[in-house]
Amino acid sequence: MNAIVVNNLTKTFGSFMAVDHISFHVTKGEVFGFLGANGAGKTTAMRMLCGLLKPSSGEGRVAGFNIDTESEEIKKHIGYMSQKFSLYNNLTIRENIRFYGGLYDIPKKELKQKTDELVEQLGLTSYTDKLVQSLPLGWKQKLAFSVAIQHSPEIVFLDEPTGGVDPITRRQFWDMIYETAHNGLTVFVTTHYMDEAEYCHRVSIMVDGKIAALDTPNELKKIFETENMDGVFRKLARRAKRNE
Amino acid sequence: MISIVDITKTYEKGKITALSSINLTVNQGELFGLIGPDGAGKTSLIRIIASLLKPDAGSVSVFEYDTQKEYQQVRNSIGYMPGRFSLYQDLSVEENLNFFANVFRVDVEQNYHLISELYDQLAPFKDRRAGKLSGGMKQKLALCCALIHEPRLLLLDEPTTGVDPVSRNEFWYMLLKLKKRGITILVSTPYMDEASLCDRVALMQSGTILDQGTPSDICKQSGLVLYSIDSNQSFHLMQAIKEYTNTNTCYAFGSSLHINLKDNEIEGLMSYLSAKGFSGLDYIMIDPGIEDVFMEKLNQVA
Repeated sequence: MNAIVVNNLTKTFGSFMAVDHISFHVTKGEVFGFLGANGAGKTTAMRMLCGLLKPSSGEGRVAGFNIDTESEEIKKHIGYMSQKFSLYNNLTIRENIRFYGGLYDIPKKELKQKTDELVEQLGLTSYTDKLVQSLPLGWKQKLAFSVAIQHSPEIVFLDEPTGGVDPITRRQFWDMIYETAHNGLTVFVTTHYMDEAEYCHRVSIMVDGKIAALDTPNELKKIFETENMDGVFRKLARRAKRNE
Repeated sequence: MISIVDITKTYEKGKITALSSINLTVNQGELFGLIGPDGAGKTSLIRIIASLLKPDAGSVSVFEYDTQKEYQQVRNSIGYMPGRFSLYQDLSVEENLNFFANVFRVDVEQNYHLISELYDQLAPFKDRRAGKLSGGMKQKLALCCALIHEPRLLLLDEPTTGVDPVSRNEFWYMLLKLKKRGITILVSTPYMDEASLCDRVALMQSGTILDQGTPSDICKQSGLVLYSIDSNQSFHLMQAIKEYTNTNTCYAFGSSLHINLKDNEIEGLMSYLSAKGFSGLDYIMIDPGIEDVFMEKLNQVA
């Protein structure tokens, strides 16, 4: 089954083609890496997939819903987390969980139980009523991820989730991603860490609004005759003609 | 050049310690890196050096000027590029540059040679508002504005954060060129791989310095014995290795696993793995990199 199907998806801003006829699919339970240089069109594409931006042409379905006509349904069935904004610093851990649970209409009783489970899993039980700002960044990111998937979405979009995180926490975060994907959640992730690209089942690389390559990390390394994903990325990104 | 002595900085009436007893020296002409994750104290330290923030205790001197008593002289001789885009979004590229030149009472034409290589790429967009530039262009403009008064010291706070690997490469190439001109550069970054491009680095975490020195000395002196196993089945393999009694640490590095063993007996691990049903595995002994050492130091602290 496919969690995301996209055909000839295009977005233009005036005469500028930010996303240029991209087509791909993501299967259920897959960890899909969405890479590209700054300005390649990643954010625009991702905003369309999340139902936040209308495509200029082409079509796409996310969690079975049409990204053009059913964007509200999409928002209910996906989770989203970014490094830049994830949790409210001046709310407690409990309040943050309750706030997001409320947004997604999780029934009160269920939410209470879920909150307890969630903080216990993360080992944060004694911090439940502390402000989020008092948490170390690594814990914050793990909590943000858990909050983003507490309404049991079919797909979670992670936009540079590990930016600025220490190397150990970064790896623990990927352990969490793997575990949830193993349980059937589809993960769509962007990153600037090329070692993380190796942890994805499949990776797409955008160049100048188009998908320039899409395959498993191993196949990509074979095709581009390099030892690691960093080499693949460099070979592709250097082809870019768009002067930012 | 920069001498940092026992710097401590707290926020919120002492509740949050950003820096605790930091000692550091940056030499003339050096490219020095502050390497560490968010919250390590990098920005606080750079702002103290730039005389924009007062430490609770300790002192900093830049070119023998005290950053608290002689901040005027300090400010005249440094170029500072903050982490967040600091230019005027509503002014054009050219207006921003002129503004910074005016503040420092220098003439753009006279000092143009300092920025010509960078600014030539921006010139076609000189009438565009800074807020409308792409990320990479903003960064170049910010660097031009920090360089126009011919500073002897550049302070760059996370110039490459959120920047893709190819653009990061280009930025470092520019830094190395500036270094050749004799400008001393202090740069902070959360990317461990950038450490190897610095003459010396300080590894920072939670307001302390875990280690400092040249990248190669730090790696050599760590004494860390590491084996690397390549694998397409990393996840299950890693689980198995972590369960092995003599495993100290096992971390994924792209498609490889870096393993440190309590007894350094790799053959023991290999026979354990083959008994577990893993076949066709090869190992090599590797020299630890900065990221390996950083994680090792984090574990020592914890």
